[in-house]
Amino acid sequence: MQYTLTTPCTAQDLAPPQGRRYRVALRRGVYRPGSGPQADDRSTGPGRTLPFDLEGSAIYYVGPTPERPGEVIGSAGPTTSGRMDAMSPRLLDLGNKIMIGKGKRDAAVKEAVVRNGAVYLAALGGAGALMAKSVQTLEVIAWPDLGCEAVRRLTVLDMPLTVILDAHGGDLYLEGPEAYRNR
Amino acid sequence: MQAALDKARQEEPWPLAKNTLDLLWSNLSAAREKDLPICQDTGMACVFVELGTDVHIDGSFEAAIHEGVRRGYTDGYLRKSIVADPLRRGQHRRQHPRRHHRSSGRRRRQHHHRGPQRLWQREHEPHPDAQARRRRGGLPEIRAGDRPAGRFQPLPPIVLGIGVGGSFDKVAYLAKKALLRPLDVPNPDPYYAGLEQELLTAINELGIGPQGFGGQTTCLGLANEQMPTHVAGLPVAVNVSCHVTRRASATL
Repeated sequence: MQYTLTTPCTAQDLAPPQGRRYRVALRRGVYRPGSGPQADDRSTGPGRTLPFDLEGSAIYYVGPTPERPGEVIGSAGPTTSGRMDAMSPRLLDLGNKIMIGKGKRDAAVKEAVVRNGAVYLAALGGAGALMAKSVQTLEVIAWPDLGCEAVRRLTVLDMPLTVILDAHGGDLYLEGPEAYRNR
Repeated sequence: MQAALDKARQEEPWPLAKNTLDLLWSNLSAAREKDLPICQDTGMACVFVELGTDVHIDGSFEAAIHEGVRRGYTDGYLRKSIVADPLRRGQHRRQHPRRHHRSSGRRRRQHHHRGPQRLWQREHEPHPDAQARRRRGGLPEIRAGDRPAGRFQPLPPIVLGIGVGGSFDKVAYLAKKALLRPLDVPNPDPYYAGLEQELLTAINELGIGPQGFGGQTTCLGLANEQMPTHVAGLPVAVNVSCHVTRRASATL
């Protein structure tokens, strides 16, 4: 079953795909954050104000290949989300609604997803060319001095994603294999 | 690898898993169409060289390999993912050092392998249930809970290179070398060929499925390389790699 989402979105917008095994096509607006220690400190350090709006946002964890001349982005599949676990609960509390990456998250992230009516979606690991095809535009919106760690805004069209964590505490990484084994 | 992925998506009975494999399949044509790497993690180059005994090389052979890899990553717009220090990491990413293994042979052949490097190695004394292990030829019994430690996890479908025997340093080399064997070629020793098939079936019964969403296709294939070892030891190494593992070889 497929559901189409557009950011910024609210907990209400995210209600339909909660608790269901949905594929999601994301229509617009993704921030690509840096994952290095400098970017972490600037984005969630005490007393910091972010130079971009997190309310209703989607954040995609990605470190693409260099783009060829004239192209928007290189190969752009998801990177391991676990390295964002320390920062994600705070970002969710500040209004981030959709996290996009791959791989398992810790208990604190799961709780923050439930608390905020958010979702964690999986992009396809190892499908960098397919994910890149959905990226329409890219602009650096914060901290250009960080180079590849700078925050970029991506505009995407019908990015194919799968609901992993939802506001009901569901986790496809546990339920999917279990459902298959009990088929 | 492509043939194995195509076969897996034809045979996958679980709808979400089949749909996921179809998306991974369409990624291959997207990469061709856009002239992009299939995955943004363009890995760490690993070069196996068989150098003919009569070959003479002017200059540094190793420097030439390094320069070739450097040019390939730069000219091909591949991501340089190597951090300068393993513990302190660092922001300066480069594609160095290249790892290469050299052996002598009649011809000089280069195998280039790249893919996520998740090496999982152990060398152990015979276990109390060594008899049971021996019956399995020392191959690890993989359970759903057996994952490489830490936060980095390869996303299925995976491929496995397994090394059994030799010494601590050699067993990791065997595991890596096993990944050079095409997935449809079984171990030349029928005993190990049987173990490979048995282990592949056991892994795919775990139900982890493509991307961990559930399904039949957890492992696309595995290969085992074995060699003589010490009477009191049984080194085993497993090189976990994923469906974007690619290999190329050339005879110069």
